[in-house]
Amino acid sequence: MIMPMTIRAIKKSEPSRLKAATIRIGAIILALITSSIFILLLDLNPANVYMKMVQGAFGTAYRARETIIKAIPLVITSLGIAIAFRMQFWNIGGEGQIAMGAFAASFVALNMSDMSKPILLLLMILAAMLVGGLWALIPAFFKAQWGTNETIVTLMMNYIGLKWIMYLQYGPWRDPNSLGFPKIANFTENAILPKLMGVHIGWIFALLLVAAVYIFLNHTKKGYEIAVIGESINTARYAGINIKRTILIAILLSGGLCGLVGMIQASGVNSTLSVEVTGGVGYTAIITAWLASLSAPVILVVSILFAALLEGGSYIQTVFGIPESAALILQGIILFFVLGSEFFVQYKFILVKNQNSVKKEVV
Amino acid sequence: MKKTISLLLVLVLVFAVMLTGCGAKATPAAAPTETPKAEAIKVGFIYVGSANDGGYSQAHDEGRKYLQEQLGDKVETIIRESVPESSEVEKVINDMIDQGAKVIFSTSFGFMDFTEKAAKAHPDVKFYHCSGFKSGENFNNYFGAMEQARYLAGIVAGLKTETNKLGYVAAFEIPEVVRGINAFTLGAQSVNKEITVQVNWTHTWYDPAKEKEAAKALLDAGCDVLAQHQDTTATQQAAEEKGVWAIGYDLDTRDSAPKAYLTAPLWHWGKYYAAEVQNIIDGNWKQVNYYGDLKDGLIELAPLTANAPEGAQAAVDKAKASIIDGSLNVFAGPIKDQTGAVKVAEGSAMTFEEMMSVNWFVQGVEGKIK
Repeated sequence: MIMPMTIRAIKKSEPSRLKAATIRIGAIILALITSSIFILLLDLNPANVYMKMVQGAFGTAYRARETIIKAIPLVITSLGIAIAFRMQFWNIGGEGQIAMGAFAASFVALNMSDMSKPILLLLMILAAMLVGGLWALIPAFFKAQWGTNETIVTLMMNYIGLKWIMYLQYGPWRDPNSLGFPKIANFTENAILPKLMGVHIGWIFALLLVAAVYIFLNHTKKGYEIAVIGESINTARYAGINIKRTILIAILLSGGLCGLVGMIQASGVNSTLSVEVTGGVGYTAIITAWLASLSAPVILVVSILFAALLEGGSYIQTVFGIPESAALILQGIILFFVLGSEFFVQYKFILVKNQNSVKKEVV
Repeated sequence: MKKTISLLLVLVLVFAVMLTGCGAKATPAAAPTETPKAEAIKVGFIYVGSANDGGYSQAHDEGRKYLQEQLGDKVETIIRESVPESSEVEKVINDMIDQGAKVIFSTSFGFMDFTEKAAKAHPDVKFYHCSGFKSGENFNNYFGAMEQARYLAGIVAGLKTETNKLGYVAAFEIPEVVRGINAFTLGAQSVNKEITVQVNWTHTWYDPAKEKEAAKALLDAGCDVLAQHQDTTATQQAAEEKGVWAIGYDLDTRDSAPKAYLTAPLWHWGKYYAAEVQNIIDGNWKQVNYYGDLKDGLIELAPLTANAPEGAQAAVDKAKASIIDGSLNVFAGPIKDQTGAVKVAEGSAMTFEEMMSVNWFVQGVEGKIK
């Protein structure tokens, strides 16, 4: 008699570092091979395309700066998301929090533009962090109070936030000088983040925040409490942690960081507010935060690599004259393998005899 | 045992990559290298939609191809598609300049402010912005009298309609679009006093799904000829499905909705692009804004299809000849607005500035400018 066999994925007890590294490197190689087939179909030389992608991201000082500009919002948003994720609070609402932060900063920028530059920028930052934090606090409050599902609520609130910006852009905030085109007026010079070494100073914020979040999560009491809540709510309760309060504080921080990104993008990059302000960062940062295993220093590295992938993909479009969709497919293939490998790092496949089902039949 | 297998696997993969790398590397050595074009001037084109959107951006891209054909080795063109009307424009321009572009054609209205900013930052590069109203020392503005072709299209629609209701799927409430709707309405009224034109806004240049929805709403309201100020053929396809008629825009798309398509107002950018880039190569660049028309061939109404009503071709040809010889001005008075107030008195016509900033609809248009 043939025993029925099935393949089961089971969680590995403790994935060894060497094995994890092998799997990840293997995934990248597989990704490159698969993309190579696609590139060959486009009648291009894969090695050349990959080289140009790297050149496009880091080839000149200008391109390296552009990559960093792309990485800044990813780093800070990932940090914000990581704080929430550590607590197993699934904050999918980065987009909305960025949008609302940008809204608050723009409100300050457009209405108090006669203030001196440092004070105005500081006010914009505070307003953005506060409003971004409060926007995140709404779903957190619902969860703490009534146990609602934060994934759904944060996701839904993205649409509210973005539609709010759209309403402002098409309605009350529309620039009267734009002859009917739906755009909000540009910020004045003193509402724009200064540059240091050719990049707006958001990069300094990002570096400081990486250190701050690392210390907060790993070396403070609050950080430890957040991790405990993430591991087991009951343990946290047993240890006497004030769960509601800790959740609210952590989410205020998480949303605050996303709100700050809104300010940085509106002021440092766009010089105005528009629905394009988030640029999808709120979602992309979930990927980067996850790939970095929610560790602050790794987030920095992963975000820069991800930004390089985006920049490189944009560069090869013009160099090889390939359509945007082709560049997106290449990025997608690489991402697919890298993300997919995480599964194999966590799980292994085994063959099991289907004894359970046999037994059940007997019973 | 498992370790050896995984190691083996990785080794195989590495070899495979190296082989693909080597195999592919051999080919370009045989093919001629790209260096002979070292002296070619690099020209960047930025589109709001896809370069084969079947409409506006594709019309510009055909112009680019014409430029490439005409100037051959002297020019190298690069493009970026689907660029949002945000600060991304500035970044794309900077990227192109970083790659050596000396001329930038920025082709969507919302690119204007970012193009202006980039023009100020790069005085050694020549900039062109299509459809806006700004220019500068190294920055030309170019566009054309699409209202003339819209007027002719209106004649065809006015003769074709049975319900006397025309529909117009429109992108944004900016003067360019309003001007086109007015011209289309006046053209239709010139052959059919009874018609009205219903306008439906989409707030996007390029979104086939949204455009189609807007078109369907107009069809449900009883419109039987649709016109569009959108970048795709979605409006024409909606009309085709309903079994009524449509007028395209930008490109002659008679094959994409063969039963509905009557004609389309067209852009022919190629000649302008080739002439301007040639001027730059010759060192004869000038700060001149360009507004082409039917006469110089930038604008055209596509040849009517068999779907067009009898007598339409003759009426169009007559009006076209009058526009070209100057005896017919699309925006000559008397013109009334939606409230019935006379906006342009008999014997006068709208000035260029008035046309460029128009923010009111002529009588017969049903719709609002928000």
